[in-house]
Amino acid sequence: MSVTPFIVLSAILFTIGAVGVLTRRNAIVVFMCVELMLNASNLALVTFSRANGNLDGQIAAFFVMVVAAAEVVVGLAIIMTIFRTRRSASVDDASLLKY
Amino acid sequence: MTKFQAPHLEYSLIAPLLIVLGVATLGVLVEAFVPRERRYLAQTVLALVGTLVALGDTLWVFGKLNPVHGKVHPGFVVGQGSLALDGPALFCWILVLGFSALSILLFAERRLEGGVTAFAGQASALPGTEAEREASTRGLEHTEVFPLMMFAVAGMMIFPAANDLITMFIGLEVLSLPLYLLCGLARRRRLLSQEAAMKYFMLGAFSSGFFVYGMALVYGYAGSMDFAHIATAVASGTGAHALLLGGIGMLAVGLFFKIGAAPFQAWVPDVYQGAPTAVTAFMAAGTKVAAIGALFRVFFVAFGGARWDWMPMAWIVVILTMVVGSLLALAQTDVKRLLAYSSVAHAGFMLTALLGARSLADIGPGNIQPVQAVLFYLTTYGLTNMAAFAIVTLVRDSGGEATSFAAWTGLGKKSPLVAGIFSFLLLGLAGIPLTSGFVGKWAVFTSAMSAGAWPVVIIAVLGSATAAFFYVRVIVLMFFTDGATEGPTVAIPSVLTTVVIAVGAAGSLVLGIVPGPLLDLLGRVGEFIR
Repeated sequence: MSVTPFIVLSAILFTIGAVGVLTRRNAIVVFMCVELMLNASNLALVTFSRANGNLDGQIAAFFVMVVAAAEVVVGLAIIMTIFRTRRSASVDDASLLKY
Repeated sequence: MTKFQAPHLEYSLIAPLLIVLGVATLGVLVEAFVPRERRYLAQTVLALVGTLVALGDTLWVFGKLNPVHGKVHPGFVVGQGSLALDGPALFCWILVLGFSALSILLFAERRLEGGVTAFAGQASALPGTEAEREASTRGLEHTEVFPLMMFAVAGMMIFPAANDLITMFIGLEVLSLPLYLLCGLARRRRLLSQEAAMKYFMLGAFSSGFFVYGMALVYGYAGSMDFAHIATAVASGTGAHALLLGGIGMLAVGLFFKIGAAPFQAWVPDVYQGAPTAVTAFMAAGTKVAAIGALFRVFFVAFGGARWDWMPMAWIVVILTMVVGSLLALAQTDVKRLLAYSSVAHAGFMLTALLGARSLADIGPGNIQPVQAVLFYLTTYGLTNMAAFAIVTLVRDSGGEATSFAAWTGLGKKSPLVAGIFSFLLLGLAGIPLTSGFVGKWAVFTSAMSAGAWPVVIIAVLGSATAAFFYVRVIVLMFFTDGATEGPTVAIPSVLTTVVIAVGAAGSLVLGIVPGPLLDLLGRVGEFIR
């Protein structure tokens, strides 16, 4: 089994996620793009785990999932607070702090 | 079916970490079961006692590293190889726990806000609404900040001690997630605070995405997450080199982000300014210790053999960080923001020690080792910064802390003592001789110099001169400029903040005059276990 197609796919997913973070305006969508980056990493971890013939990568993938879940809890709480205060989830509107 | 084998844990050695995590969990229970009016006292005492016990325990473990028969003890690898308790890691623990104890005092300060802490009465109440006014008239306060902080402390302890990439990633997240929340909990200027929390969270999550992908690539290269195995794989040179380079680069993005090195420094000024000042002090000192410790461990232990590959990147990042931090600080008109940019510049100065990486055989007995130098720098920087941010909480007007330069003009006439201490701390940050900052800078620059990174050292010295200019500008503003007679006053803090200022200033003074003992100590223990 060649690992290359899987790694290429994960790299494409990661790039879509990273570009999404940089270009999208809505905080929720930005956050989803971050999750996409983490899931792309999971795909790479699991693929390399198979290629290397040990389980480290799969264990790491589980940890990444748990951390992603914890991040959702914290992240949505912060985005919710901002949204309730400003009636907007756009990352461009929060611009009191600059220079 | 193989039989499950329970992991073997060295409980006596990792006890400090377990104490901190236990105190954090207990803190959550206190929130659930103790009546509201008693929570503040319970949480403060619990957190402070827990931190001090953990600090004492760490010192006990640190004592085990004493040389036996003239041979330096390299340290312990515990938890099935996932944590390395060597000199640098334990010294980072001591620093993190010491700074946390001081931060708890700042968190618990109540006199400045008139009987409540500086954290939002009820974070869920919208700013400017009836619910918020009610929360403030009832004198509500969030005592959850103490358990949140203790979880962050646990993360800061795991991060520099991690001996494989999974543990390091867990440490990174455990330290970051509570900090994102703490940043958004200011009592005054809540919009700024919430904005800081969101910016920190978004960019932090983005950078940890890079860290995870870098972890996957390095795993693909070396076939293991373990630093020792990665070092072996790097030394043998088998495997796809592109994976290694990509992996090092992406891991570095995550680590440099936490340190606040350019080009990943954009969050630093906004978050430092928007967060409650007590949290800023904690974050500035603690996160920097943890992240620098972790960065040095990854780059020296795991990627030490590939240093010709990462050295050019490190040069660029170091130079960029010093230049960006020093130049942008010149344009600031807000004390908190100025300290934030100065922290970026200091990140650059600290990282010059990274350029001092050489093979162990090249380092002579009298030379300053990079790790020794950077740990000394972190000690002085943390103490000085802690006291400086504590003083920032004192200068207040009706809207809370007054941080603009206009408000600080002529402060020397209103309160010569506070302005005098602040000037001393600024001179320490600038690195004037006879202050601790000077010794720290001398140490990191020497270690970079002896590895032949003299162009960087020249830029670093020029950067320090620029930095001295903007620090002195604040001193001139406080003492030699006439300010409005109206305006902010210097509040008299309770004993809690006073202790922080006294410890920070005294530590900075003592380390500037007699740096020898600490440098010697770090020279004995300043090697990573491999």
